[in-house]
Formats: sequence, structure tokens, C-alpha cells
Amino acid sequence: MGSHIVKSFCLGLSLAASLAVAPGAVAKDWKTVVIGMEGAYEPWNLTDSSGKIVGFEVDLANDLCKRAGLECKIIAQDWDGMIPGLKAGKFDVIMDGMSITDERKKEIDFSKPYAASPGSFLAPKGSPLAKTTGAGTLINLDKDPAAGQAAIKSVQAALKGKTLGVQVSTTHANFASQYLKDIATVKEYKTTDDRDLDLKSGRLDAVLEDLPTNMATASKPDASELAVVGPKLIGGVFGVGEGMGIRKSDADLTAKFNKALAAAIADGSVKKYSEQWFKIDLTPR
Amino acid sequence: MVGDLAIFGFGEGGWGLALLDGAAMTLLVSACGLLIGAAIGGLVAWARLSGKLLAGGVGQAYAALFRGLPELLIVYFVYFGTSTLLTETALFFGHEGFVGVPAFAAGSLAVGVISGAYQAEVFRAAYLAISRGELEAAVSVGMNRALMARRIILPQVLRFALPGLGNLWQVALKDSSLISVTGLAELMRVSQVGAGSTHRPFAFYLGGAVLYLVMTVATTRLFDVAEARATRGMRHSTS
Amino acid sequence: MDLDFITKTFVRLLGALPLTLSVWFLSVVLGALVAAGVTWMRVSGVKPFELFARAYVTVFRGTPLLIQLFVVYYGLASLPAVRTSLFWLFLREAFNCAVLSLALCTAGYQAEIFRGALLAVPDAQVEAARACGMSGLLMFRRIVFPIALRHALPAYSTEMISMVKATALVSLVTLWDVMSVALKVRNDTLVTYLPLILAGAIYFVVNYALGVAFLALERRLSSHLKPRPS
Repeated sequence: MGSHIVKSFCLGLSLAASLAVAPGAVAKDWKTVVIGMEGAYEPWNLTDSSGKIVGFEVDLANDLCKRAGLECKIIAQDWDGMIPGLKAGKFDVIMDGMSITDERKKEIDFSKPYAASPGSFLAPKGSPLAKTTGAGTLINLDKDPAAGQAAIKSVQAALKGKTLGVQVSTTHANFASQYLKDIATVKEYKTTDDRDLDLKSGRLDAVLEDLPTNMATASKPDASELAVVGPKLIGGVFGVGEGMGIRKSDADLTAKFNKALAAAIADGSVKKYSEQWFKIDLTPR
Repeated sequence: MVGDLAIFGFGEGGWGLALLDGAAMTLLVSACGLLIGAAIGGLVAWARLSGKLLAGGVGQAYAALFRGLPELLIVYFVYFGTSTLLTETALFFGHEGFVGVPAFAAGSLAVGVISGAYQAEVFRAAYLAISRGELEAAVSVGMNRALMARRIILPQVLRFALPGLGNLWQVALKDSSLISVTGLAELMRVSQVGAGSTHRPFAFYLGGAVLYLVMTVATTRLFDVAEARATRGMRHSTS
Repeated sequence: MDLDFITKTFVRLLGALPLTLSVWFLSVVLGALVAAGVTWMRVSGVKPFELFARAYVTVFRGTPLLIQLFVVYYGLASLPAVRTSLFWLFLREAFNCAVLSLALCTAGYQAEIFRGALLAVPDAQVEAARACGMSGLLMFRRIVFPIALRHALPAYSTEMISMVKATALVSLVTLWDVMSVALKVRNDTLVTYLPLILAGAIYFVVNYALGVAFLALERRLSSHLKPRPS
């Protein structure tokens, strides 16, 4: 009698399991693609007052999917569950301003970059960061190591004994732990909203974040005392640009999106979306 | 200080509806969690009362484990674990691809797992409070175990367990706020999203707290009424 | 996953234990002080005090600790009135906010424990003390407090352990306690369960030790209730 019970239990479990399958996750013949974003990372993606996710990446995703002949479905996912969620199959693509880094490439694949956004500092207008070497200029840590080192040294001096805020598991957090570990107090936040609240209240002396995100924050009416200051850094620990995160086993999907992306860059669509949402053109060269 | 209260309104750009939806989700998750906890608690209590060494030991270990671990840790563990477990199980049966466990299921399971450890003690104490004389009388009258359970044990266990369960319901309501870290849109999470999106944390967190308080007070009332009805006719040791 | 990684992670987690324990200790002590005040108000016989005490307990036991923590940490910091006052020097630090919030919460629970313990002191003893001519303070010190303490210990032990578990929430307000270090290791290395299991082991051992310590204290204080040696 026992084995009957075990058999029917297992049958029931697998039945229940198969009923819960996420659509499109099984087919290698791609028709629908589920894309994961935070919906809380303005201006890359944000949730508007009606609950819909909009933003640069939403427009770009819809564009690329149309070119690739796929149907896109966008779902919200917290940042710290992005890569585990992708690997578990909760969604098929990550589009959340995720920088392409060697560390991440060990776990997942990336499409070619669709944006090249430097890291930048957001701080009160009178911050010492405003007077650092290379303030306001774009410095590529890979292509111009000397200028990069000079800028980093200057930033270290400006932030000595101060408090810097970053989001967990980002290239900005990595930069902070690599270069500012014993120099400044680094606080990590699960969401950018929480971190920005602390910046506004004065708990943080500065925030390190993607340039378009900082620009969007600084443009809000209640951020009149904040400004983007200091150098803009790309390359090195910041990665070479933002791309779509895709599972290593889905190389065919990566190829599809790369093809669509190349076309979108070539005909200026990416530039259009970038200028619309970022106010500047961040198309990778 | 709280500012323009219009953000709590129900119209365009108002968060009132979202907060109420969150509160409803909180009630739902807590209720499901309590039920799951009752099932687990009943099982563990039964194991401990069975008199068998192994079952008793396992029951006691379960209770000790889940009472000694932070609730937040258990929430993370259940949240990470349920998807993996189900996907692996499905894989074992030859099914490819992702098996999704909705955040709601993982959330109520987490609340239930925690609640079960405490409910076991409540049920155990309630069972032990039944007078031995009644049980002996039932046996001598010729009731079989099923009948005895249905007519004598269960009603009295429920009656004695009510105060403890009322308390644990409040605990479940509050534990459900931890489910916010999984992204489920219950009240805490909605308050957090509202606070971050409007940059008005004081208003939203205070508002959320008020809603929690209303839920707690209202449901405690309900439990008090249930207790009064369940214990009518019983002699009380204290007035 | 090798033994080296396990050891390294475990050591990292242990490094965060002092923060966890100091948050716990300070909030428990501060909470006890606040609870003593609240209990005093409750038994004072002054109606407004009694109402305040009852409201205090209802509010802090009826709302989740997490939202209380966020009201104190994020909510208060967003008010210009707070930021321009002396309180800001204190509230600016996440550690202080965490201790304050946890203390206010545990005070609600401790106040109820104290109240129950006071009610458990037999009226006969109180009357006898008065008949002997003991002043209020002497009576409290020699009669009420020792009896109440014994009654409070079991529930107090549970509350102490609850507070250790509550400290895990400070990981959500930028403090580097055991919980947040475990999550950071998980985020950085993508090893999902090991950091959490190790963190769980640490919390479990701390709670177990606390339980044992309180049990020993209970036994010591109730030595007069032990059966006489034959």
C-alpha cells in the first residue's frame, strides 16, 4: 500500500510542477522572450503611476524584439535576484543597466553593449568632489590608465573620512570596495530609492551611480542642492558598457539579439532612445 | 509634517488603493501562513505526543530549530529554496525548464514554517489540558479513535488553543512584513515602493504602520469574540 | 565548494557578530529602562499615564518591527524639523537608529512582561509588608521585585531570544551585521545556501547559549523551591 501512496504522490507533484511552467521557457524555438528589469532604475526602466514599466530599456527591448521577430514580455525583479533569477529560468534576458564585466561573464553571457554609460558621482553642490582632477570629463580606465589613476587618487582624497552610498552587487559597489575600502565609509543599499533617501537626508556625502541615473535624480524638483560632480569613469572595474544578460546555454538567443542590436545602432534607433531618456547619446562606439 | 495627504487618495497618482491592496495581500499571506502553520504545528505536536522516541525527537528538533533562527533568515531560505527545490524535483521527473513558485506561495510557506514551530507548543499544551477523565470515559463507552478525536479531542484542543492561536495570528501578521524582501506586493512592500518613489518615507511608513495597527486591533477583536463563544459555559480560574 | 571557502566565510560572519551582539545588548538595556517607565505609568493610578502606557504597548506590539525601524531610520531623516534639531546628531547614525527602534519595540513587550510579573506578586505579601511598616521603596526592593523577577524570567528569556533574532532586521538599514554579511557573500559569489546556513548556525548557537544561561539563572533563583534532600 505504501508504494501506491508514494507513486500517486509523485504523480501529483509532477503534475503540479508541470502546470506551473513559465511560458516559453522550454522552447528552443524562440517565440516569446521574458525580460527581467527592476522597474525602479530610472531612466533605464521605471514604473509609472499606472503600474506599467517604461523607460529606455523598455523602448529598446520592444524595438529589438520586433526586429528579431519575437514577442517580449517584461517582468519586474529585484536587483539582487537578477542573475540567480536568470539562471533559474525565471526570465530569459536581463535588461537592467547591467554592465558587462569579466566577473559576470563567468556566470552568464552578454549581448553586445547597447549603451556605454560611465559611473559618476552625485553629491551636494559644494562637495569636494567637484574640484577633483578630471572633474566633469570622461575618463576610460582601460584606454587612459594614467588619467584614470590621477582621477581615482583625487577622488580618494576628496572622500577621505566621508560616507559613500552604492547599490549592492554593482560595478559601483566593486569600485568602492576596491579603491575606497579603508578611506571612506561605504554603505550598500538594496534599492537606489533607499540610497537616494539617505543622500537627501545628509547621511551620505555622495553616491556613485550610472551617469544617466544620477542626471535623472538631479533633475527632480526636490534635488535642487544635488549635482553630478567629479570625474565620469568607464572601463576597468566599471565594465565596457551595458548589455543584455542571457544564459550561456542560449547562444542562439544572444545571436538573434546581437543581429537586431547591430541594425538598431546602425539606423540610429538606439541614439534616438538614448537621447529621449538619457538626454545624451550613450550609444557605444 | 505628513504633508499633502492627497497622495493617499484613490484617484490618479494616489496610493490609497495600492496600500489597501497591500493590506489585503498581507491578510491573505498571513492567513495562509497560519493555516500552513496549523498543519505543521499539528503534525509536530502529534509527533511529540506520540510517545515514540524518534518522532518526538524530530518534532522537538524542528521546533527548536525554527525558534532559534531569525525569521528574516528563514524567509530568505524558503524564498531561495522553494524555486530550486521544485525545479530540481521537476527535472528529476524529466521536465525541462523553470518551475515557478509564486512569491505568494513562498511567502506563506515561510510564515507557516515559522508559525508551525510555535503552534506545535500551543496544540501540545491544549491537548494536555484535556481532562484525562474525559478521555478514559470515552474509551470506556466504546468510542473508537476516530470518533473520540472528532467528538472529544479536536473541539477541546481548538477551544484551549484559541488564546495562543490569537497571539500567533498577530505574530503571523507582523512576520508577513518580512516577506517584503522577496518582492511580494504586501503592505510593507507597497509602503516601501511608495516611500521611495515619492520621497515621502515618513508619510508612507507611518501610514503603513497605521494600517497594520488597524488590522491587528480588528482581528484581535474577532479572536476575543471567538474565544468568548468557544469558552462559554466553562468555569474560569480567573474572572 | 571547498573547506577553505567555508572557513573564510565563517570567519567573515563571525567578524560581524560583535555588531549584532552590541545592537542586541544596547537595545535590550534601553528597552528595559523604557519598559520600566511604561510599567510605572501603567500601575501609577493616574488615568492619562495609564492610557498612554496602554496605547504604547498596543502600538509597539501591534505593528511590525520592520516598519517601525523604517519609520525611525528613513522616516525621521526625511523631516526637515528633525534634521535641523539636536536629535539629528544622534539619528544620523544607522547604528543609533537601529538601537532606538529595537529598544522602543522590545519595551512594549517587556512592559507587558513586567506588568504580568507585578500582578503575580501575592496580595498577602504586599499587605504583610505594609503591616510591617515598610516604605514603598523598601517594599519594592525586598518583596515585590524578587518575587516579580522570578515570575518574569521565563517570558523574559523568550523576549531576549526574540531580540537576537530581531537584530537580523538591521541588515535592511545598512548595518553590517551577520545577516547582511551573509547576503553580501551570497551576492558576490552566487553561492546561495552556504552563507545562510553558516549565519543560521551562528544565530542558533547564540540563542541556545542564551536559553541555557537563563535556565541556569531561573534554577538559581528558585533554589528555595527545590525538593528537600532526603
